[in-house]
Order: sequence, then structure tokens, then C-alpha cells
Amino acid sequence: MSWLRAFSNHGSLPLHYRPTLYAAAGLALFLLFWESVPRLGLVQSSLLPPPSALPEAFLREFRSGQWSHYVGLSLNHYVLGFLVGSGLGTLMGVLTGMSKSLEWLLAWVVRLLRPIPNLAWAPFAIIWFGVDEANAVFIISIGVFWIAFFAAHGAIRSVDRDLVEVADAFGFRSGPERLFKVLLPAATPGILVGVRTALGQAWMAVVAAELSGVSGLGSRMMQASSLLATDIVVVYMLTMAALYGVMDAGFMYAQGKLLKWKP
Amino acid sequence: MEAVTQTAAAPVIHIAGLGLAFEQDGRRTQVLQGLDLDVQPGEFVAIVGASGVGKSTLLRVLMDLAAPTSGTVRIAPDPAAERPMAMVFQDARLLPWRRVLANVAFGLEKTKLGKTERLQRAREALALVGLAEMADRWPHQLSGGQRQRVALARALAVRPSILLMDEPFSALDVQTRESLQDELVRIRRETGKTILFVTHDIDEAVYMADRVIALAGKPGEVRAARVIDVPRPRKRGSIRLNEIAQEVKADISSEPRLRGADFVI
Repeated sequence: MSWLRAFSNHGSLPLHYRPTLYAAAGLALFLLFWESVPRLGLVQSSLLPPPSALPEAFLREFRSGQWSHYVGLSLNHYVLGFLVGSGLGTLMGVLTGMSKSLEWLLAWVVRLLRPIPNLAWAPFAIIWFGVDEANAVFIISIGVFWIAFFAAHGAIRSVDRDLVEVADAFGFRSGPERLFKVLLPAATPGILVGVRTALGQAWMAVVAAELSGVSGLGSRMMQASSLLATDIVVVYMLTMAALYGVMDAGFMYAQGKLLKWKP
Repeated sequence: MEAVTQTAAAPVIHIAGLGLAFEQDGRRTQVLQGLDLDVQPGEFVAIVGASGVGKSTLLRVLMDLAAPTSGTVRIAPDPAAERPMAMVFQDARLLPWRRVLANVAFGLEKTKLGKTERLQRAREALALVGLAEMADRWPHQLSGGQRQRVALARALAVRPSILLMDEPFSALDVQTRESLQDELVRIRRETGKTILFVTHDIDEAVYMADRVIALAGKPGEVRAARVIDVPRPRKRGSIRLNEIAQEVKADISSEPRLRGADFVI
């Protein structure tokens, strides 16, 4: 069928690439503007480093081994916090989605805890875990927990009741049977929406958690900014953007595999 | 109307005085009341009636998806069958994350069969409905008629004694519907299943069934039962079938009989 695809795309080739062209042009304009602001002396380059200064700053940071060190630490926080938070959140969301009584039992507890920002837990994180890896993991997982929780709860709740009835009709009537035969597969797309959001949210939580002193990207950025080494700060900002991009692409790939039944 | 007396052995389905009510917003709605019905082994019974008369509810009660509020329901399935009943729903209700073959094998996962055997069984069931070559498709790649065939295969795969069918062809276009009706008649001839088929299409009921039960009223009750004494293979739209269809139509719109009147289904 590839000839068909080539044929149908043939006439609209420029149109097909136009969004990419525009996106590249937009990025180029953005970089040009950014470069010109310090160059034209509108702002001191120590306040806003031009993009052209960044490769050199990155190489300096990389050669000294700092970059890999801090990125490694942060990735560790990120992965652990993400797994713990989204794992527990999904589990609780699925359970409350399946059981009305559990949902009622937790309704006011959720209402009480939900509005507390994850950073407000920082004082307790320090008291409980010290300035340690566990501290960052704790804060990150709280930030991620609620996203995964609400996504999973909603996804289980909105599973087509007719499909659950099919499971009933064929004798799959216990909780685990319903869960694994119908609810979980049917809710997977919704659960994954939460997981993807959590993937981004966890990076924000990483920086926030590390600003409180736990060693990582965030602490390195604070250090650099106190020395007015703003180029280093920007290097880490872009590092995070790149890492997020890679992870999101990896996630989208895995999701495509998992949801290949979707039309 | 004729009073029909069944002389055969124990009925495979025995329903006596069945009533079902549900309560919503403090209002009690009686869906079925005083419903009697016996179905003999191997019989093809069609239940006709307007929407909301409780036809589907009756099947749901048999399938233990809804609990009756009064009356008795006794099922005496063929001991050779592996499951007492299997159901085909109005919309195919295939699981979209399973390929066709895995959908057909779904009910078999409740049994002790190994995976190879399950898939083998599913293939046989799929072949029976003429879709062997669709085994690897996703449900969304099938037409409405094909989806309903897969749902039928899924029900047949568990080798039930009784096949319950809830308006399974009502959402299909005329050609597809008629070809599926013929398929079902053929499959019934080949497998000897007892079939309880709910529909609002009287012509469909008269064409396929051995006996047609007319439900009417609110709450729904049996107005009449007619044996379709037309030899098979039947000719669609024949004069005799049309006459019976007219009679069934009259049954549905007839006045309710007095309770205790002497008719036996």
C-alpha cells in the first residue's frame, strides 16, 4: 500500500511539510531575538546570556564532570519519585474507581489533602528524611500522585458499563476478574493520559525539591545563579527540556505499542 | 388464538409468575408481572413486543444480570453442554483491545482449557459464523454485521446449552440482517441449540422461530404464544408467514386477558 500513500501525499508535499517549516522558522526567530537582546546592549549578558554562549558553557560544565553528576542525581530523584507517585496514585485511583464505599470513605480526606501544594510538604520532608535523596523523592511523588490518582479514578469510572456486563455474562464476576478482563484494559488510555502529564509534572517537582537543598540540577542552578553564572543556569534549563523531550518521545512510543488496538 | 400444549420432557427453561420491579427516585416501576414461559430443549423461541415491554429484562434475569422480585426461574441445561447459557447483545460489545480471535476466546478464559485449546475452539466458532479469515483483525476494522457475527461466535465458543439473543440484528441494514438470520437458522440446525431470541421485528421472529411469544402491556406480560407451523426451509415473505405475522401483530395490540384465563403457553 506504500505506493498509495506516496501517491496521495505527492500532490500535497509542500503542504505536508509546512507545519515543520513554520515551526523551525519560529524557533530561529526566537533564537535570533534572544541573541540580539544582549548583543545590542539592551540587557547585560550576565543577566541574559546569548544562546551563542551556551555551547561553550555546556562543554565547560560537561568536561568538569559536573553535568553528568548532577543530571545523574536528578534523574534518580525523577525516576524514583515518578514511579512511586504515579504507581501509588494509579493504584488508589483504580481502587476508588472500582469501589464506591472506598471512594466515599476517602472523599473528605482527598478534599483535605488535595489542595496542599507538594512544596508545602518541604519542611516535613526535611524533618523526616533530612537533606537526602528520600526527601526529593517524597516531594516529587506527592506532586505526581494526585495527577495519576484523578486520571485513573476517572478512567475506571468511565469504562463502558456494557462491557462490564459482558464480563458478567461470561462469568467474570469477581473484583480481580472484572479488573483484569475489562476495567484495566478499557481504562488504559485514560490512565496513560495521567501518566504522561505526570511525566512533565515530575520535572517541575524535581527542581522545586532540589531548591530546598537536595543535591541535583536544581541545587546546581541555585549555586550558579548566586555566582551570576547565568549561562550555566540556562544550560540546565535546556537540559531539562531535552530530557523531558526524550522521555515524552519514549512514552509516546511505548503508548503506541500498548494502544495499538486504538483506531 | 391457539392454545398450545407442550408434551415434551422437562423444559430447559421454566419461568412461572415472574415479576420484576425497580425503584427510581422513590417511584416503583413494574417492568414484568406474572410472566409464565416454558422453553423445550432445542426449541427456537422468539419473543416479540414493543420497546420497553421488558423483553430484554427477561433475558437479563435469565442471565443473572438482574434479580427478579417475584416468581421462579428454573434452568435445566443440557448436561452435555459446558455452560448453561451464553448471550448475544444488541450491540456486539466486542472488547476493542482484543483482536477478533481473542474476543471469541474471551468466555473460554473462564474454563480450565489451555491457551492452545482455547484458540483452537475460538477458530472453530469463528469458522462456524464464516469469519475464519478475520481472526487477526481489530474489532474497529469490521463492519456492523461482521461484529455481530463475532459476538455470536463468542457466545457459541463456550458451548452453551441455551443461546440468549437480545435484538442482535436490529442495528443492521436489511441485507445484512437477512443474511445473518439465515446464518442463525443454519447454525441452529447444525448445533441443535435452544435459542431464546428477543426482537421487535415480527417478520424476523416468524421467519426464524418455532414459536413466537407476544409480550405487551405495562408491566409486560404474555399476550399470546403461536407455533409457527411452517416447514423448513422457509420462504421469506411467503403468504403463510405473512398471515402469522399479522396474527402476532394483532396479539401484541390485543386487550390484556383476564388473569387465570385458561391458556397454556
